[in-house]
Amino acid sequence: MAQVSITVNGKQRSSEVEPRTLLVHFLREQLNLTGTHVGCDTSQCGACTVLIDGRSAKACTVFAVQADGSEVTTIEGLAEGEQLHPLQTGFWEEHGLQCGYCTPGMIMSCVNLLNDNPKPSEQEIREGLDGNLCRCTGYQHIVNAVQHAATKG
Amino acid sequence: MAESPMLPKMVGQRVKRREDPRLIQGQGTYVDDLKIVGMEHVAFARSDIAHGRIKSVDTSVAEAMDGVTAVFTGAQIAEFVKPVPIITPFPSPDHRAVVVDTVRYVGEPVAVVVATNRYIAKDAADAITVDYEMLPAVVDTEKAMTGQPAQLHKDFENNLSVALLPSGTGVSPDGQTVDDTALDQAFADAEVVVSQRMVNHRLAPSAMEPRGTVAHYEPGHNKMTIWSSNQAPHLLRGAIASMFGMGEDQVRAIAPEVGGGFGAKVQAYAEDYVVAGLSKKLGIALKWTEDRSEAFLATTHGRGIIGYIDIAATNTGKVLGMKLRLIADIGAYNTLFTAAIPTFTTLMANATYDIPAIRTTITEVFTNKTPTDAYRGAGRPEATYFVERGLDMLARKLAMDPAEVRRRNFIQPNQFPYTTQMGAVYDSGDYAAALDLALQNAGWDKLKAERDQAQAEGRLVGIGLSMYVEVCGLGPSAVLPTGGWEHSQVTIERDGRINATTGASPHGQGNETTFGQMLADQFGVPLDHITIHHGDTAIAKQGIGTFGSRSQAVGGAALHLAGGKVRKKMAKFAAALLEAHEDDLVFENGRISVKGAPDSGKSFEEVAAYAYVPVPLPEGLEPGLSEEAFFEPSNNTYPFGCHIALIEIDRDTGEPTLRRLIAVDDAGNLINPLIVEGQIHGGLAQGVGQAMIEEVQYGDDGQPLTSTFMDYAIPRAADLPRFELDNTVTPTPVNPLGAKGVGEAGTLGSTPCVVSAAVDALSQFGVTHIDMMLRPEKLWQIINGGQS
Ligand code: FES
Ligand code: FES
Repeated sequence: MAQVSITVNGKQRSSEVEPRTLLVHFLREQLNLTGTHVGCDTSQCGACTVLIDGRSAKACTVFAVQADGSEVTTIEGLAEGEQLHPLQTGFWEEHGLQCGYCTPGMIMSCVNLLNDNPKPSEQEIREGLDGNLCRCTGYQHIVNAVQHAATKG
Repeated sequence: MAESPMLPKMVGQRVKRREDPRLIQGQGTYVDDLKIVGMEHVAFARSDIAHGRIKSVDTSVAEAMDGVTAVFTGAQIAEFVKPVPIITPFPSPDHRAVVVDTVRYVGEPVAVVVATNRYIAKDAADAITVDYEMLPAVVDTEKAMTGQPAQLHKDFENNLSVALLPSGTGVSPDGQTVDDTALDQAFADAEVVVSQRMVNHRLAPSAMEPRGTVAHYEPGHNKMTIWSSNQAPHLLRGAIASMFGMGEDQVRAIAPEVGGGFGAKVQAYAEDYVVAGLSKKLGIALKWTEDRSEAFLATTHGRGIIGYIDIAATNTGKVLGMKLRLIADIGAYNTLFTAAIPTFTTLMANATYDIPAIRTTITEVFTNKTPTDAYRGAGRPEATYFVERGLDMLARKLAMDPAEVRRRNFIQPNQFPYTTQMGAVYDSGDYAAALDLALQNAGWDKLKAERDQAQAEGRLVGIGLSMYVEVCGLGPSAVLPTGGWEHSQVTIERDGRINATTGASPHGQGNETTFGQMLADQFGVPLDHITIHHGDTAIAKQGIGTFGSRSQAVGGAALHLAGGKVRKKMAKFAAALLEAHEDDLVFENGRISVKGAPDSGKSFEEVAAYAYVPVPLPEGLEPGLSEEAFFEPSNNTYPFGCHIALIEIDRDTGEPTLRRLIAVDDAGNLINPLIVEGQIHGGLAQGVGQAMIEEVQYGDDGQPLTSTFMDYAIPRAADLPRFELDNTVTPTPVNPLGAKGVGEAGTLGSTPCVVSAAVDALSQFGVTHIDMMLRPEKLWQIINGGQS
C-alpha cells in the first residue's frame, strides 16, 4: 500500500491506496466523486477527464500515486457554489448533452481548451475535442456550448 | 388575490432540458456509481477463441486468491440460470448464460468470479484457464450457409437460423405460397435493370456508458432489486422474475441514469441473469461493470446484412419491380430481437415509392461472432441503404438527376394511408415537400455546378441524395411481442404539484423535459411544479420501454391521456367550488377559472387541496386526483425525410472529407425542436460513422480485430461538418399528439447519401457502387485503377 495526499476540489484528501489504483478509481470509489466517468480502457474516450494542477488529464491513465501532492479538480468542483462555470452554463443553454455520460469529461476538457485558447474558431474547437468521444450529440451542440462559453462566459 | 404570472405555452418551444443541471455537475447516478453495504464485485472470464469445445476449466488459482468469494463454471451457473430466452417467434438454439460445453464467439462467458473488489475480481477472472478442443471458426456468412467450415448448432443445418422467409407481392401472409406472376411481369417489361450485391456491415453500438448491473436480493423479503443500464426496465423485471421463479411483484428493476443505449440495452443479457442469480444464491449485493473491451465483444452488434438488390424500371425512371434478397450474419445466437431485425428491413422495402411489385427474402445465418440485435434504426437503415443506393445506381445508369428518379416514383400525398407491397400501412406523408426543401436548402443546381466545376479542376467532389421513411412509434401489440402500448400515471398532489410517471425509460432523450412541457400546457402550471418519474418499476407501475422511436409517440400519448383524465376530474372539483359548469373552465397561469373571467377562478393549489379534503364531496366524485392510462396505438408511425451529402476525396491519399450534410426530417408535430435537433444530430453522426469510419471486423480465425476505440472509430468532432437541418411537419393521425418519433431518423438517410456522394466523386473511374466503409485505402485503389 502507498500513502497519497491529493488536494481534490480544494480539500486535502489523504489515503492508503494500492499502488496500481487508477486515479479515476481513487476519485470514484474512495472519495465517492462519481461525476468522473469511465468509458473505455484504452485512454480514448475522455469520459474520465479531470484537471491536474490546472491541465486536463485522463484520470484512467494516471495512477493515484502519480497525482500525489497535486491539485485535482473534478466536475464536482467546477461550479463556484450555486454559480455554474460558464462551460456548464453553455452546455445547458445549447443542449450540449443527451445521456450525460461523456459530459463531465467533455466539460473538463473544454475548460482546458478555453484556458489555452479563449476565442477558438469552430475548427479549433472540433480539433480540441479530439480526445473526447460523445456517442449521442454528434458534437454540434457541444461546439455551440463552447462558443457560448467563449462569447458569454 | 395572488398575482398570477402569465405562463408561456411550452409545447413546440426550445425549452432547455431539466435533466441537465444534475448531469453538468456530476450529480447523475449511473449504475457504476451505486454502492450498497456489503456489496461485492463480479467479473467474467471470457472465451478467447471463436469456436471450440471446452475440455476443462481450471479455477483453482482464482479460488485461492485473497478476496475471492466464489468462482463458478458454466455448469455450476446452469444449475440456477436457465437458457437465455428470446422473444421472437423463430426457432432458437440453446443459449447458456455461461458456456457449458462449446464456446461460439470470442467474448462468450466461460466462468464467473465473485470477489471483494473489482481489481481482485478481474485478476481472478484472468487466472482462470480453459483447455479447448479447437473447432473451425465460421466467419464468412455466405460460406456458412453451405455448412462450411463447420456447423455451430446441432439442429441448425447449414447454420441457417432462418432458411428463406419470403414476403411482398404475391406472397401469402403466412409465407407459405408464393406467386411470381406480377414480379416476373415487371422484370419482363423492364427497359433497364440494375443489380448489385451490397454489404451493410456490422457495427458496435458503443453507448459511452458500457453496460452494468447491480443486483440486491433480500432474503427476508424474498425480494430482488436490480439496477441495470437498460432501456426497458419493465421487460427486465419480467425477464428476471420468470428466470428465477419469482413474481413480478417480487422484482424491482431500476434503470437509473443510463449513458446511452442505441438499441443495444433493450434486452436482459446473460450478465444480468448471472448477477441477479448469484445475488439470490449468495444473499449479498453484487455489482458487475462492463469494460469497454468487454463491451465490443459482449454487447450485441448491429446491422451485418448482405443485400442482393435488383430493380426493374422503364427508361423514364419509373420503377416497375424490385427484388431484395437479404442474408443476415446474426452471430452465434439469437438474442431478444435478433431474428426480427431483418423483418424490419423487408417491411420497409417499399421505401417512399409506389413500386408495383416487390419480392424480398430473408436468410439468417449463424457465425462465430458476437450476436447481432437492435442498433439505432434496427433494420430500417439497411432497407433505406439498399433501396436508395439501388435507385442511385438506376439514376446513374439512366443519366438522370437522382432527385428526379425519386420524384417519379413517390407515393403521392393523396394516397395516404398507403398500404405497401410489404403490408405496412403508411400513416401520412408528403415526400416531395421534404425533397424540395432539401434541394432548396442544399442549393441543388448550384451544388451540381460546383461539383462539375471542381471535377473539371481535377478535384474529386461528389454529391449524394437519399430519401427515407422509417417505421416508428412501435407499435400495436399485434406486431410487438412485448406489447405495443405505453403507460402513464398523473397525480396532482395535495399541494398542487404534479407527479407523473411514464413507462418510457429515457437514456438521453430528455423526457423529463418534453413530458413536463406537455403537462405544463395541459394544466396551465409552471414547468418546475412538475416531476416526471421513469425507469423504476416500483414507481412507474407499467411500461414497455424506450426503443423504436416510441417514447414520444406512444409514451407521450399515454401521458397525454392520463393527464386528460385528471384534468377532467379536477375540472369537476373546480366547477363545484366555482359554481360553474366544468366545460366552461380554463386552466391557465396557475388558475382554474371561467373562460373569459380569470379573476373569478381559484388557484390550482386551492382546487387540488379541495380534492383531497372534499367538504362537501361533490356528487358522483371520489376524493383525490390521480389517474392512469394505457395508450395502444392503432398503427406505427412513418416519419420520413431527405438527406444530401457533399464529399471530397483527396486524389493523392484517397481520404474522404464530408463537406456538407443537409437534412430535412419530418417527424410530425414536435414537442421540443431543440431536443429533436439533438436527436437528429446524433443519428446523423452514427449514420455518417457507418458510411465512413466504423466497421466491426473479424479475422479468418474469428478473432475480433476491432475491440477497443483504438481500432473501432466512432466519429470525433473534427470528423463531422456542421449539419444543416430543417424540417417539414406532417402530423400522424395515429396518436393524439400528431408526433411520429425521431430517435433513429438520422441514421437512415445519411449513410446512403454519403456513399452515393463518394460514388459520384469517383464515377469517372468507372465505379457504380462502393461497399462501406469508405476507407481511404479502398478509395485510393479505385482512383489508381484497382477495383473497389
Ligand atoms: S476512461 Fe476512456 S479515456 Fe479514460
Ligand atoms: S451525451 Fe451521451 S455520450 Fe455524450
